[in-house]
Amino acid sequence: MKHLDVSAIKDGSVIDHIDSKSTLKVADILNIRNEEQVVLVGMNLTSKLLGKKGIIKIGGKIIDQKEANKIALIAPNATVNIIKDYEVVKKFKIAVPDVLEGIVKCFNPNCVSNDINVVPKFNVASKNPIKLQCHYCERFMGTQDIQLI
Amino acid sequence: MVKRFKQRDIISIRHFNKEELLYILDLTKRMEQMDYTDILKGKVLASLFFEPSTRTRLSFESAMQKLGGIIIGFADSGITSVAKGESLSDSIRIIEGYCDIIVLRHYLEGSAQLAADIAEIPVINAGDGANQHPTQTFLDLYTIQKTKGTLEGLTVGFLGDLKYGRTVHSLAYALAYFGAEMFFISPASLRMPRDCIEELRNRTVTCHESDSLSGISRKLDVIYCTRIQKERFADPVEYEKVRGIYRLNKALLEEMGIKNNLKILHPLPRVDEMDESLDRTNYAVYFHQARNGIPIRKAVLSAVLGAIE
Repeated sequence: MKHLDVSAIKDGSVIDHIDSKSTLKVADILNIRNEEQVVLVGMNLTSKLLGKKGIIKIGGKIIDQKEANKIALIAPNATVNIIKDYEVVKKFKIAVPDVLEGIVKCFNPNCVSNDINVVPKFNVASKNPIKLQCHYCERFMGTQDIQLI
Repeated sequence: MVKRFKQRDIISIRHFNKEELLYILDLTKRMEQMDYTDILKGKVLASLFFEPSTRTRLSFESAMQKLGGIIIGFADSGITSVAKGESLSDSIRIIEGYCDIIVLRHYLEGSAQLAADIAEIPVINAGDGANQHPTQTFLDLYTIQKTKGTLEGLTVGFLGDLKYGRTVHSLAYALAYFGAEMFFISPASLRMPRDCIEELRNRTVTCHESDSLSGISRKLDVIYCTRIQKERFADPVEYEKVRGIYRLNKALLEEMGIKNNLKILHPLPRVDEMDESLDRTNYAVYFHQARNGIPIRKAVLSAVLGAIE
């Protein structure tokens, strides 16, 4: 019998293949502190792909597109499994979209999106490595500059 | 090409390809050669200046009037509803109902793009913080083309505040279409942003960086000199460290060695970076450059308002 490092969940989402160091950041994106159902977080699990990986299982929650877009910026290798009655009913790899709206804050303090009530918008100039260009002030941001909203 | 400009927002030099830049320069030449009085008759331009300006505002307003158009607007937002707390977005929504085109200068970067996203009429960016000032770049290109006879394959030195100088970033970006070799001369604290250098190098521009003109001056076809902008420094101590660091004068340049047909541009205003001894030399084209603001802005307004074939 296959041994599971992290127990299975009946219904919900499993975010797998998270770069281990980013696991808690992904947990923050998913706001697990306020979850009332089962949440399982595993870090430093063995992974053929990443060496060490993180995994998060959340009972009763189907992650939405906005959350998936945020996770893609932090953990570009992550996969999502949607679970129903202990079975995987949908599996997909997270992908960075071409445009990000309302997800990331511009790092330029003089950008109009930080001063006025404007939804920040970025065009994705490069997906690997991540490079975003602010739709408004045109500044480029790398992974180190990304501040999620 | 006419269709590409009609009702188009003019926000960033990044939005233009080489063919479009050359079209604007060609249209500008036509504006200098012919009298287009009244082609904008009945059109209203809203001139919204949230930051001080002399050349840009007056040349836009003069260009509009010379073409028969009308101007409304302000040069001091303190006398408008902004002083009562109205947002830029709301101001644009209201003002677009009163005019056919908006010219906006604002201290926040990205403000012109925001205005363009909101307004259904065209918006021209007349400077958004340290970001873009596309019509200045058009007139810089026009001045270089006119005084050097070509834009192709020039060696251009950018001098002064290269960090905050929006005109430098935009002109460098535009000159990349024309195979320019570029020298960036500035104090370490005011170097070209790394992103700009990376972007230029990705576009196969040969870029050099230095803190002095020494050893470089004789290679240059054009020097684009800029003022160190006190208003962009959050810390006055940092400004004092670099204030007056470059002071070009005729004797100094000739002693260092320069090409006889070197041209010196400056977006103006100047403070102390260019001595008046240069003003009457053949090198100095900055006053001519400022005057080119009129035909350039006439060309842009006519093209965007669809008044010219």
